[in-house]
This record gives sequence, structure tokens and C-alpha cells, in this order.
Amino acid sequence: MSPLPGLSLTLGITIAWLSILLLLPLIALFMKSLTLGPEHFLEAAFSRRALASYRLSFGAAFVAAAINACAGLLVAWVLVRYRFPGQRLLGALVDLPFALPTAVAGISLTAVYANNGWIGQPAAALGLKLAYNPVGVVIALIFIGLPFVVRTVEPVLADLGKGVEEAAATLGAGRWTIFRRVILPEILPSLITGFALAFARGVGEYGSVIFIAGNMPFKSEISPLLIVTKLEEYDYAGATAIATVLLVASLILLLLINLWQNHEHRRRAA
Amino acid sequence: MSTGNSAVSESLGTRILLILLATLYIVLILVLPLAAVFTEAFRKGLGAFMHAVAEPDALAAIKLTVTVALISVPINMLCGIAAAWAITKHDFRGKAFLISLIDVPFSISPVVAGLMYLLLFGAQGWFGDWLTAHDIHIAFAKPGIVLATLIVTLPFVARELIPLMQSQGREEEEAALTLGAPGWRIFLWVTLPNIRWGLLYGVLLTNARAMGEFGAVSVISGHIRGETDTMPLQVEVLYNEYNFVAAFAVASLLAGLALVTLVVKSLLEWRHGDQLAASGH
Repeated sequence: MSPLPGLSLTLGITIAWLSILLLLPLIALFMKSLTLGPEHFLEAAFSRRALASYRLSFGAAFVAAAINACAGLLVAWVLVRYRFPGQRLLGALVDLPFALPTAVAGISLTAVYANNGWIGQPAAALGLKLAYNPVGVVIALIFIGLPFVVRTVEPVLADLGKGVEEAAATLGAGRWTIFRRVILPEILPSLITGFALAFARGVGEYGSVIFIAGNMPFKSEISPLLIVTKLEEYDYAGATAIATVLLVASLILLLLINLWQNHEHRRRAA
Repeated sequence: MSTGNSAVSESLGTRILLILLATLYIVLILVLPLAAVFTEAFRKGLGAFMHAVAEPDALAAIKLTVTVALISVPINMLCGIAAAWAITKHDFRGKAFLISLIDVPFSISPVVAGLMYLLLFGAQGWFGDWLTAHDIHIAFAKPGIVLATLIVTLPFVARELIPLMQSQGREEEEAALTLGAPGWRIFLWVTLPNIRWGLLYGVLLTNARAMGEFGAVSVISGHIRGETDTMPLQVEVLYNEYNFVAAFAVASLLAGLALVTLVVKSLLEWRHGDQLAASGH
């Protein structure tokens, strides 16, 4: 028992806060799903259009998170291991996606990657279309996901002692071998965590995607957009069914990430 | 360049190549879009920019965004402090569950969050009839925007304070207690000075997200121009009307806010990094 005062007051505030803002709305969503009845729910949640949107939302989030896992590792590596001019600026910039509103990110990514943009134009000359298609969705999710990977890997990389690396070098191992056999196994768990966080964020992302996606049903329509479309058609049942699928998926992801992090925490402590 | 000995570092050439590759990636993904906001905003000159941000609808959007932040940030700050106090200074059952619950809004799609409130407060929602009967407007009105902002920014302060206060322990507060200080004074004089930089950090992130939230607010706001359009929503409206200069002009204000946020955040990390929680987001 803690002798400090204030438990009932602060715990009361906390429970009221979470109940009103989080639990009550969550219950409303699940209750609404239940009132649809299983047949209607399945029909709305797994229509061909909804399935196409899940494939895009989960698929693009997966590809973007995978690209960020590689590039984010590179960025974290350079930030932790080397000293070079402009390093602090580079490090601060990594957090831009946390600070920049998603709608602003969306229209500016479109400006850069559409056919008349700084990157889109030369890419179009090469026959590559980077906006108004699933590639555009991936680009937006790469933007959104990068800091999750970098900020998760960075502290682990910084804590990594050089002792084992030195020992491996003494035994004649080359840098690439040391990276693959010594460093990578140590940072892989954090890399997976960063990947999962970026993936989870990408699945539900809306603001940065809709401007660059093109939003064609069955082709470039993400699930959150389909929910908004259903709402604009006053199809609350349809919107709720798709939202429930997304919500359950993200709660499962959150649970898996938590379990994985606890597991890693214990492993590192041991 | 790096000072490490060559056995545990890469050759100079490799290091330069890796640094260039990482910089190129950051430029392509982050710097170019940021530069595009300002380039597009000033494409037709300062006059067009000023005209766009001084439009009555733009001014109304700015006012609404600031108002929503002024209401929602303090609420989540105070509740976040309360949650961190209960969780780190006391022992009770279900604590781990409570901590996970605070994390949930991070993983919910903003659109889903907005929809949940619509199901509660919309005309066909749980409280719809009662609200209509009493002429109270939450959905498609400002209170709905505040609620949507509250849920998406709920975790930031608590998530920063909980690990920080956990690592600081309870000894100082317990010492103050034996000296007979009442609870609120223990908090103000002992705890608050220890957590002030972390608190500021959490508030900074809360504010950035509150002013920039798009998906959740978009669903609940009803897009009533000049009335329930926040700055990010106004950006979308202008963009969809092909009024690109005006859209990017309003967007550049938000980008400016993001840059200020990043600068203050970096300053906090450099100056007071030891007084922040270990992980940055």
C-alpha cells in the first residue's frame, strides 16, 4: 500500500476520462454491429468492395512498413553510429510526420509525386506513375511510418555495446559478417516492433492517403475512405460493419505488439 | 566523421555512402513535401498568400482550430496527470490493463474514432433523440469536434508521464508526506518540478495533434463552412475546389506550427533529455 494521498480522486478522474472518451464509444460501435444481425453484418463487412479496400489498406501498409524497416534501420544506424554535419537537423526531421498534420502531408506528397511534381515528372518520363494509384498509397504510408521504425531502433542500437563486435573482429570476421551475425540479431526485435507500429498506423491512416490515392473503388480505395463514403450515403450500418473489422484488427495488432514488447523486455532483462 | 577504430566501424567510403543514402531518403520522403507546402503557398506571390489566409472562412477555421486546442489540450493534460499519478504513485489491481487502455486511441483509425462518436451523438445515435429534444448539438457541431480531438490526443501526456514518474519512484513524495504536506502541495512542490519538462513535451505533442487532426474531426464535423471547418478541413475543402494556392496557404500555417513543434521538441530533447521518458513518442 502506498501512503501517498489522492488515489480515489485521480483514479476516479482516470476512469471517468477513459469511460466517456473511449469505452462508451467503443461499446456503441460494437452494439451497433450486433444490432445489424450476422447476415447483414457479414454482407456489409465482407462485400467485394470492402474486401478490395482491406487488401489495399493492409497490403499497402505492409509494403510501406517493410520499406521503412530497411530504410529506417539505415537512418537510425547513421544517426547513432556516425558523426557528420547536419546530423542533428536530420535527426529532428525524422519526427516531422508526428508533427505535420496528415492533410498537409497528403496534399504536399501529392504535389511532389503527381505527374507534374518534382519527383512525379521525371518518374513519369520513365513511365512510372507514383500518384492516384496504389503506389501513391504506399508513398503516403512510407511518410507516416518512418519515425516509428527509426525511434524504436535508435535506442537499442545506441545501447549496443561494442565489446562483442570487437571480439568478432579479433576473430577475423568482416564488417558485413559482424553486422549480419552479431548486430542484426540484437536489433531485430526492435526492428520488428517498429515495423508492427508503422504497419498498425498505416492500416487506419486516412488524411495523408486520400489526396494521393485516386480513390477508385476496387483499385485505390482504402478502408477508412470507404467508411467515410458509406457515411456520406447515410449507410451507417455499412460504415459500422467495416469500422468494426478495422477496429478488431487494430486491437489484435495492439495486443500482439504489447505481448511482443513484454516478451522482449523480459528477454533483455534476463 | 566517426572516431571509432576501424575494426568496429566501416571504411570511410562506406560511411559516406550510407550517410548520403539516408539523407537522400529523408529528402525524398520528408524534405521535398515540406518544401512543396511553402513553394505552392507562395506560387502566386505574397499578396495571394495573404489574401488566402485573411479570407473570412480561413479566419473562422483558424479561430475554431485554436479554440478546440485550448479546450482539449488542458483536459487531456489534467486527466493525463491524474492517470499518471494514480498509476505510478499507487498500487491497485488492473493497473496493466489501465495502461493498455490508454494506448488504445493510438491504434484506432481516426475515421473509426469519429464514427464511434457519431453513433453516440448523431441524429440516429444512442443519445440522438434526447439531444434533439433538448436542442443540444454535439455531432456536426463544435462539441463533437472537441470530443473527436480529445480521443485522438488522449494518450500523449499520460504516455510521456507514466514511464517518467515510474523511473522517479515515490521516495521524494513520501518524504514530503512525513513532513506533513497535504497532497496537492506534494504534487505542486515535489512532483511537478520533477516532471515539468516531460509534461511540456507531452503537451507539445498533444497540441500538434489537436490542431492537425483530420480524419476523426472530418467524420463528426459535418463540414459546415465557416462554422465547423477546422484548418485541416479547410485545407481539404479548398484543395477539392482546385483553389491550390489558398489550400497550401492554410496548410503552410499548419506546417509552420509543425516546424515550431519540432524545434521546441528538439530543444527539450537536447537540453532536458535526462528529464524525459526514454522513448520519444
